[in-house]
Amino acid sequence: MILDYNLIWENLPLYFNGALLTLKVLFISLALGLILAIPLALMRVSRSPLINFPAWLYTYVIRGTPMLVQLFLIYYGLAQFEAVRQSVLWSYLSSATFCACLAFAINTSAYSAELLAGSLKSTPHGEIEAAKAMGMSRLTLYRRILMPSALRRALPQYSNEVLMMLQTTSLASIVTLVDITGAARTVSSRFYLPFEAFITAGLIYLALTFILVRLFKLAERHWLAYLAPRKY
Amino acid sequence: MMLHGYGSSILDGAWLTINLALTSMSLAIALGLIGAAFRLSPLKWLAVLGESYTTLIRGIPDLVLILLIFYGGQDLVNRIALALGYTRYIDINPFVAGVCTMGFIFGAYLSETFRGAFMAIPKGQAEAGVAYGMGGAQVFWRILVPQMIRFAIPGFTNNWLVLTKSTALISVIGLQDMMFKAKNAADATHEPFTFFLAVAALYLMLTSLSLLVLRYLEKHYSVGIKAAEL
Repeated sequence: MILDYNLIWENLPLYFNGALLTLKVLFISLALGLILAIPLALMRVSRSPLINFPAWLYTYVIRGTPMLVQLFLIYYGLAQFEAVRQSVLWSYLSSATFCACLAFAINTSAYSAELLAGSLKSTPHGEIEAAKAMGMSRLTLYRRILMPSALRRALPQYSNEVLMMLQTTSLASIVTLVDITGAARTVSSRFYLPFEAFITAGLIYLALTFILVRLFKLAERHWLAYLAPRKY
Repeated sequence: MMLHGYGSSILDGAWLTINLALTSMSLAIALGLIGAAFRLSPLKWLAVLGESYTTLIRGIPDLVLILLIFYGGQDLVNRIALALGYTRYIDINPFVAGVCTMGFIFGAYLSETFRGAFMAIPKGQAEAGVAYGMGGAQVFWRILVPQMIRFAIPGFTNNWLVLTKSTALISVIGLQDMMFKAKNAADATHEPFTFFLAVAALYLMLTSLSLLVLRYLEKHYSVGIKAAEL
């Protein structure tokens, strides 16, 4: 027999704990990223270049450089500065989990901000006119009309971003975290079974992808029901 | 000295990164065209095969595929060779493994792009080609491909940018690209921030330049096409 799956079977708990860590890192970075993305998207739709430009530069630089470089800048890079090592933040910044979540959150915030800005810009003109005709202030207009509608319409693209982020979290294994990929690397080097170890990791990611796709389908059916083609 | 004398070594790495990206992209284009042809094929099993290729690749992280193909592939090749009675150890070069992996991954993404682009060409175009007495290959290369390029450029641009950035992952399997060189320099000088920032700047230059070139190409292939005015 060329392939050997007995050892993989015995190490399934390691993969299971890895999957839990992957999901934890994924949800923390997505939540943080979304919180950052909303103000950035609002800046990106501003007509004032003073407000728009910094957000444009942020998303351009983040989207133009590899995730791995960003992760290394935060995890290895920041330690170069004495001031960082002396600061209260160091207890967080010396933790691989924290650095990974931070780097992933910054990365996804740039992508989410751009797609949210696109969604804001494609708001039907009539909706804004109607809100103005009702005498809404700018703040009310954003809070009650623009944001709820833009967030909903961004859902299909955001589901893509979430799937990309699931894959991105695998980079956490490079900075020593034992996520799904990390578990596979451990099994691979401990028993020298690279093929079986990584195939198993791939299958787990595939399963998680299918589950996420399913969940987003349900979410779209709920929040985008008004945009669905009419059924006869 | 620029970057404690590591500047030229990192530039060498950058050259390797560019080579890796271009070679992988060529393979990806070939696989993408084959994949698109499969998915548009009237034969059901070919279409299913093309579709499973895309679904499988899109659901598994690039890093896992890289590790799988480099370590797993090497191991598997050797196990099969041993089973066949070949006892010498077969070593896979990281550049070859990198090109194969990247080409294989982005071929799947490009097959999606190409499929959409072929479908965007009006049917009458191919029919007109046939009416002029062209054969299947002639219709494909002379009528469909030049028009498909215009529809494929936005998706292609996106894939090229993602591919360029993903090449950084190949450093994990020991290819001495600019990421690998920067990591070495960072370890030797204890100045990781400086070196990773330099690499980030190089990647940003690469992606910016690509955007400019591809935007020019898009204009070139859209000559004579009127944009919809909104």
